[in-house]
Amino acid sequence: MTKLLMPYITGGVVAGWTAYLRAFEDAGADLIEVGLPFSDPTVDGPTIQEASDAALARGATPGSILAEVAADPVTIPLVASTYANLALRPGFGDALTAAGVTGLIVPDLPLDELDQLQVPGIAVSLLASPATPDDRLAEIGKRSQGFVYAVSVMGITGERDRLAPSAATLATRLKQITDLPILIGFGISSPEQAAEAAEVADGVIVGAAVMRRILDGASPATLGAFVGTLRAALDVR
Amino acid sequence: MSSITVSPSTGVLGRFGQYGGRYIPESLIPACQAVAEAFAEAWADPGFRGSLSALLSAYAGRPTPLTPALRLSAELGVTVLLKREDLTHTGSHKINNVLGQALLARRMGRTRLIAETGAGMHGVATATAGALLGLPVKVFMGERDVERQAHNVFRMRLLGAEVIPVTTGSRTLKDATSEAMRHWVTDTDEAYYCVGSVIGPHPYPTMVREFQRVIGDEARRQCAAELASAVPDYVVACVGGGSNAAGTFAGFVDTSARLIGVEAEGGSGASHGALGVLHGFQSLFLQDEHGQIQEAHSIAAGLDYPGVGPEHAYLRDLGRARYVTVSDSEAIAAAVRMARAEGILPAIESAHALAWVARAAGTPDLPSGSTVLVTLSGRGDKDITTLIAEADL
Ligand SMILES: Cc1ncc(COP(=O)(O)O)c(C=O)c1O
Repeated sequence: MTKLLMPYITGGVVAGWTAYLRAFEDAGADLIEVGLPFSDPTVDGPTIQEASDAALARGATPGSILAEVAADPVTIPLVASTYANLALRPGFGDALTAAGVTGLIVPDLPLDELDQLQVPGIAVSLLASPATPDDRLAEIGKRSQGFVYAVSVMGITGERDRLAPSAATLATRLKQITDLPILIGFGISSPEQAAEAAEVADGVIVGAAVMRRILDGASPATLGAFVGTLRAALDVR
Repeated sequence: MSSITVSPSTGVLGRFGQYGGRYIPESLIPACQAVAEAFAEAWADPGFRGSLSALLSAYAGRPTPLTPALRLSAELGVTVLLKREDLTHTGSHKINNVLGQALLARRMGRTRLIAETGAGMHGVATATAGALLGLPVKVFMGERDVERQAHNVFRMRLLGAEVIPVTTGSRTLKDATSEAMRHWVTDTDEAYYCVGSVIGPHPYPTMVREFQRVIGDEARRQCAAELASAVPDYVVACVGGGSNAAGTFAGFVDTSARLIGVEAEGGSGASHGALGVLHGFQSLFLQDEHGQIQEAHSIAAGLDYPGVGPEHAYLRDLGRARYVTVSDSEAIAAAVRMARAEGILPAIESAHALAWVARAAGTPDLPSGSTVLVTLSGRGDKDITTLIAEADL
């Protein structure tokens, strides 16, 4: 089976940001995670915090971002990610559907509070953590939709020098309790790390490594090339 | 502002009506569960309760007195009784909670404390408890608060704590809290997160209220001895996150006393917030029409928080407590008035509660002849720099 690649982008981070979506698609991404920025991103490290601030400073709102997505569509699935304060607002699911988004990740809305999320027709993927005990992991496997997001490390988003050993352990545990694809995210920064993660998982999510390049001013073509190197690393097996 | 539609939750305990809950990353769930279990067990253990009471009396200076404010009462035409948390060791009610949580951390085998602070009083209290119990302390504090509370920053460092300035967002308490949560997730095996108010994921709002209810329980007994009516007509406390108010109210919820929470105009979560989720709990938060949290602005760093603890949101909905706001200048004027009338310089946070009493006395909100208990949550020494700049003397 080919390994899944889901690059992340903060919606609205720069003018014309949807050009990156197309670059990701052309470079072989299977899905794209589009972050709807929140003022207080408690699960994110400095890079994505900075991207969120930049988007909000430009006046980006969930509505404006989704409108831009709808106006400039790609053909691969889009997964929105945001915080509970935005995701629990009435009409949020309809707004996603209207923009053609089919998946959702809410990192601060765990299993216990999941029933509050009313987004019919949207596949809500849950996060699993290295600290999650077995019985809870089984429940996450049962209630997650689309895929399970395996958080590689006890920590926040951000680039890291190496893939934490906890990533492989968690992915292996998840494989035993669910048939859903397991995507490893948090900290994957290079093609080598992506390949290493994909040895045990079904794919990878790459956020901060993408966003640092965008914040540094890299063009869609440059980002496409970077995503291409991730694709190649996942395909050489 | 729109509000969130909430369906019945099958989820965790720790709900106050629709408020509270546990909205945290999956990585923090086991840590929160461990705190909840350890607290429930400790609170049911007479040994733990005994150790905490002993520390509160031998170290923190409890019980604190109930002081009749005679001259102020005469000026206002209402009987004002002050619950003197300003007289505790470290100078604010924050010590009550921190000694409880630090003992709990030690019981859980944790080897470090982390905390967020606004005014610095919770940071000073945590640094103090860390020194007392031999636990290293890291305090996250917004860069703006580091500047305006320089003395408390120095106190924390003197006590051996590491103060980490937070440069994101509004550079105040809201951002310090976010940063403390981000840090906690990297160190849940060793570190205990000592939350400074009745906010955060379950069990923190309940646990912190229980550690602070000593204020209300003492005041209830003291009022019974002091007042012919036994219970005051009004119980007033300032509300940032709401811990001194929650602790005070806990002693009086089952009485006829009217409960008044006083917020800073620029940090009025209970008065002007909309339903939302931040820092692990659902409550009322200042936010824009898109759901972005708005920055709070108060001259009192301890009230500079855009939300309010979930129990306060619930008491408001029930109509059991009323929440009102006071401006920066009213608070400064009340601090000066208190100093001159009673020889007590209150923290600017506490001065908000006094300012409402001064404003409302003699109106239908607080009729002449009423008896009023006001919690003086802390002393104003930390605020001298602000007072030099703001009080026109
Ligand atoms: C003296 C004092 N009073 C009140 C507060 C507000 O906190 P809470 O609302 O939790 O009592 C603070 C917070 O730092 C404080 O230092």
